[in-house]
Amino acid sequence: MRAATVVRGALWVVFGLFFLFPLYAMADFSTRNLIAGGRTGQAWANLVTDQALYQAIVVSLLLAVFTVAAMLVLLVPTMIWVRLRAPWARGPVEFLCLLPLTIPALVIVVGLRNVYLWVTYLLGDSALTLTFVYVVVVLPFAYRALDAALAAIDLQTLSEAARSLGAGWTATIVRVVVPNIWSGILSAAFISIAVVLGEYTIASLSGYETLQVQIVLIGKSDGPTSVAASLATLLFGFALLLLLSLVTRGRRRARTLAPGVTV
Amino acid sequence: MSRNTSGVSGSFNASGVGVALDDLTRVYGTTKALDGLTLHIEPGELVALLGPSGCGKTTALRILAGLDEATSGTVSVGGVDVSKVPANKRDMGMVFQAYSLFPHLTVLDNVAFGLKMRGKAKGDRASRAAEMLELVGLSAHSHKYASELSGGQQQRVALARALAIQPRVLLLDEPLSALDAKVRTQLRDEIRRVQLEVGTTTLFVTHDQEEALAVADRVGVMSQGRLEQLAAPADVYANPATPFVADFVGLNNKVPAQVSGGRASLLGVTVPALPGSVASGSGIAMVRPEAVTVTADPAGAARVVAVSFLGAISRVSVTVADGSTISAQTAGSAARTFAPGDPVTVGVEPGGVLVVAQ
Repeated sequence: MRAATVVRGALWVVFGLFFLFPLYAMADFSTRNLIAGGRTGQAWANLVTDQALYQAIVVSLLLAVFTVAAMLVLLVPTMIWVRLRAPWARGPVEFLCLLPLTIPALVIVVGLRNVYLWVTYLLGDSALTLTFVYVVVVLPFAYRALDAALAAIDLQTLSEAARSLGAGWTATIVRVVVPNIWSGILSAAFISIAVVLGEYTIASLSGYETLQVQIVLIGKSDGPTSVAASLATLLFGFALLLLLSLVTRGRRRARTLAPGVTV
Repeated sequence: MSRNTSGVSGSFNASGVGVALDDLTRVYGTTKALDGLTLHIEPGELVALLGPSGCGKTTALRILAGLDEATSGTVSVGGVDVSKVPANKRDMGMVFQAYSLFPHLTVLDNVAFGLKMRGKAKGDRASRAAEMLELVGLSAHSHKYASELSGGQQQRVALARALAIQPRVLLLDEPLSALDAKVRTQLRDEIRRVQLEVGTTTLFVTHDQEEALAVADRVGVMSQGRLEQLAAPADVYANPATPFVADFVGLNNKVPAQVSGGRASLLGVTVPALPGSVASGSGIAMVRPEAVTVTADPAGAARVVAVSFLGAISRVSVTVADGSTISAQTAGSAARTFAPGDPVTVGVEPGGVLVVAQ
């Protein structure tokens, strides 16, 4: 028993160091004054003062928000509908959603070039038009998260109960289904944000200036600032995941450990 | 019409509405789940649809609820054809076999959900929901979540939730089948009490004959998408219209019999042949275990095979002269005098039997 505890502790330390050391190195490098020596916060200040970088951060965050919104609007009703009314479509939908995982980013970019001639013609040449590609790119991850959440509830009985009580389809989805797959929706959203904030290939090849493209660009002339931006992105992702686990755990606890309940 | 009131007296509620299912057919691929089902329910009446799984009883209920569509036929409520009305506009309260409380809402909010969908003010919703919880005896649990309640409590909340919207028709889809035996009996009686109190026209679907006979004003026995018999519980039990009904409602012995002049001879006795029996000649008599008498007789040709003690009653299995086995039900104390191998004489109570063609 004690040996197991020691092994567990040792593994914690080893893996903790494995993950934390690069972060520590990034934090150290991004606060170093390379010319005069000593410490400086200049690289971190650049995240907001460097106009190009600041713009890229805003674009990436907006892309993340739009992608999540579009993905949820597209996927949640579709998946609910397939489970309730078109079970035969489940295989094809799953296949379609997982397909982007198997296609290299380069192929996607080349394939989309002709489509994007129309997109830029109709919507203008904004980096935010990347939303369309990103919705496709995050589908495999979002599908898995939502599928697991939907499988955990008795969707058919709950929606039939809601409908027999007078709820239309919209009310059934918004008031009954969504609150019960909330943790799945959150994780689909956060994974999508992480994917969008980390995506480089498609944005770069399409010639749009997102955060990752800027980080690479700045890295060529100003190492500490690009590392600061990378670290900030990573920490933002960590914070989101932490928030996810806290929120879902908080909800579970509220559900099962109400006052006066024996476990 | 006499009512099955479990000790409560009452008459059909004038405010209830009549329900008519006419010539309903539902085909899934090559399977006919319903095959021309016609069923009329009187205002305020509780009809139980009874049958084995796959007989179409749940399909009939789901079509009435609007959760499934009939291939042909019509559904009318209060004389109005509602066949094309979607489920959420039909005004029917439903209790499901599976636990169906919304897990993210408290008991009170669950019960108030239907009222919220109808745009009722918050205060009205809360007071009506509290009233319904009072009716099912769960006021003390109004702020709990479904996961904190037992199965029986969850189904009582589901009943309160279905009744809170003052539905025109109450639909119960095997609401007791997930519960253990004791809770099932309690809740069964409670459902009947509440139904009589509110007077809502009710369709109760079950595969348990005891349940159907205990709560219903009329029992409809279904087989293969058709209604075999629709009658008061006592009639279904005493005068089964078809061999299927006789077989399904109660465990039956099948005994060779001779019919002539409206009387059947079997096991050495002659008893009246029930309406629906073959007119004359030989046939198979359906004899209930409680209609079989077993008497100790050293000269008897029959032998006791086994005695099962079931509490208040006992079941005695006997082989008769032709080698077939007959099951008899006796008082628990009377069966103690029998032991396997004992010679006995077997008879039939004089009430009458249904004799069908071989």
